[in-house]
Amino acid sequence: MRTDTADIERPARTPAFQPLSLGRKVRNHAATTLFALAFVVAVIPLLWVLVTLVRRGLVPMLNADWWTHSFYGLLPNDFGGGIYHALVGTLEQTLVCALIAVPLGVSVGIFLIEYGRNSRLAKTTTFMVDILSGLPSIVAGLFIYALWITTFGFDRSGFAVSLSLVLLMLPVVVRVTETMLMIVPDELREASYALGVPKWKTIVKVVLPTSLSGILTGIILGLARVMGETAPLLILVGYSRAINFNLFDGPMASLPLTVYTARKTSTEAGEYRMWGAALTLVLLIMLINLIATLLSKLFAVKTK
Amino acid sequence: MTESTNSQRAAPPGENGAAPVNTPEGPVLEAPLTPPNPPNEKKVVRVGDRIFRTMATASGAFVVALIAAIGLFLLIRAIPALHANEANFLLSGRWETGDPEHLAFGIVDLAWITVASSVFALVLAMPVAAGIALFLTQYAPRVLARPFAYVVDLLAAVPSVIYGLWGALVLAPVLKPVAVWLNTNLGWIPIFGDGNVPADSGSNVFTAGIVLAVMILPIITGVAREVFARTPSAQIEGALALGATKWEVVRTTVWPFGRSGFVGGSMLGLGRALGETVALTVILSYTYEGPHYSIFDAGATFASRIALGSAEFNDNLTVGAYIAAGLVLFVSTFAVNALARWIESSSGRGKE
Repeated sequence: MRTDTADIERPARTPAFQPLSLGRKVRNHAATTLFALAFVVAVIPLLWVLVTLVRRGLVPMLNADWWTHSFYGLLPNDFGGGIYHALVGTLEQTLVCALIAVPLGVSVGIFLIEYGRNSRLAKTTTFMVDILSGLPSIVAGLFIYALWITTFGFDRSGFAVSLSLVLLMLPVVVRVTETMLMIVPDELREASYALGVPKWKTIVKVVLPTSLSGILTGIILGLARVMGETAPLLILVGYSRAINFNLFDGPMASLPLTVYTARKTSTEAGEYRMWGAALTLVLLIMLINLIATLLSKLFAVKTK
Repeated sequence: MTESTNSQRAAPPGENGAAPVNTPEGPVLEAPLTPPNPPNEKKVVRVGDRIFRTMATASGAFVVALIAAIGLFLLIRAIPALHANEANFLLSGRWETGDPEHLAFGIVDLAWITVASSVFALVLAMPVAAGIALFLTQYAPRVLARPFAYVVDLLAAVPSVIYGLWGALVLAPVLKPVAVWLNTNLGWIPIFGDGNVPADSGSNVFTAGIVLAVMILPIITGVAREVFARTPSAQIEGALALGATKWEVVRTTVWPFGRSGFVGGSMLGLGRALGETVALTVILSYTYEGPHYSIFDAGATFASRIALGSAEFNDNLTVGAYIAAGLVLFVSTFAVNALARWIESSSGRGKE
């Protein structure tokens, strides 16, 4: 039996590895605890907000009228009524916003990845998209007010809100399109070019379908983001307690605006409506986030 | 795929314009090839291609024009009101816009409340965000890191009006004793001195800053997480091989590598805090008394002043006064965001 391997097999002992000094041990554990605590600190407000919402908002939501009626004709002290008018407004405004923002945003994404690569315009555009994503929502509202209402002379309406939401949704759509187009493998494009397919057809028939699910997920997340915006609504549309399907005329309710307005009715019934609308809004946003997660799970992008 | 190949592939040189992607398959950032044109053949330009290219380029240019238009329109609408202004716009604290014949408005008080609440929020959020990002990237078990990150991102999904309600109706009463304690015991420090509303009112910068900190937490954490995760694993392994404890690894490799990216992310958070509207409108009580430059002041920020004034948006001159405030807000968030991007792009992000 050879003896020279024994040293290798035997685990190294004290002279090789010095034990950690107490100070280093303490500091190491303190850091670990602090970092874990930081995470707990972030979770507390989230749970607190959600618990508050459910505790105060669940009762009004369980009322059968909640999903089918509006607040029309309710006196400050009347309980009852429903959120239907605000639901209609929120859905219409965000859908019209998406109809404008999605084609525009996808097209900007295509420009950045497929055409503009490293050109001066593309760099400027990327920078401006960054700036747009940091644009305060109230400034988006003011801009649409200055353009649509003061300069063009239209009235306040749900459509003006949709326009301001476009500004807020656009950067989300551009970012996600950019990211998704970038991970489409070049082999797919090359195969298409080799078959003599023009570039635009390659983009429409090969590149976009490959990245479709990712882009869809991003769009839905963008929708969830703009759905909760309140600031532009305050200056661009009046609040109505009745149901208004017309985006172009008259005051129109929406969920965030309802929450904000109901706060001013300082009665018990007003609070009841406020928390009910708040919980409805958060549930709607959570539902949309859930759909986005499911979509991305169902059709994960197929790279090779 | 190991972490080191991931981080190497994540950052090919000269890719500063492209958004970084991190997929399980490893990021692929090479430019898509353009269709090859054989040298001897005449170049075929198809109509479809031309139209498509023009459309895409036009929409890119549209975004650039949009930002310019925002600045321009706000400026055009603000100028008449600034001309009619009877107070000094930059130095006055008055805000009397009810009578279009005698406008008197200045931004100095708005600027104080805006800056105080945002900076306070940043001071609270930065260490917590750094801690969360380090926890998620370096400490949390792999399986849990993703759901944990998702939980933090959920904070960003809650609408600001709901943060406002929570802050004003739930958090403020809880914070009251803390505010009173700070005011009585640390009142000799000017920033904790008496504000223009009693310290126990709850509707002051103190409450607003804490709510803002919660709101910007996911933004800073998101950026910081991304940067810290990019620390070259060779460096981490090197530190471990020298016998460093986990904390020493973080201090000597992860933190120096990600620091400037983290600062960039914090600037993004600051930009968000400066422009936050509805949460602050709900939380802060409006008072006509000027600020005492304390954290227990109440009043309005640029954004919440505009939101509060939405009821009197009926005369172009009056609106112009609010638009002038909006313009200041736009310019400052533009500057902060541009600075953030600059710090980020010149930081360890994208370098080995």
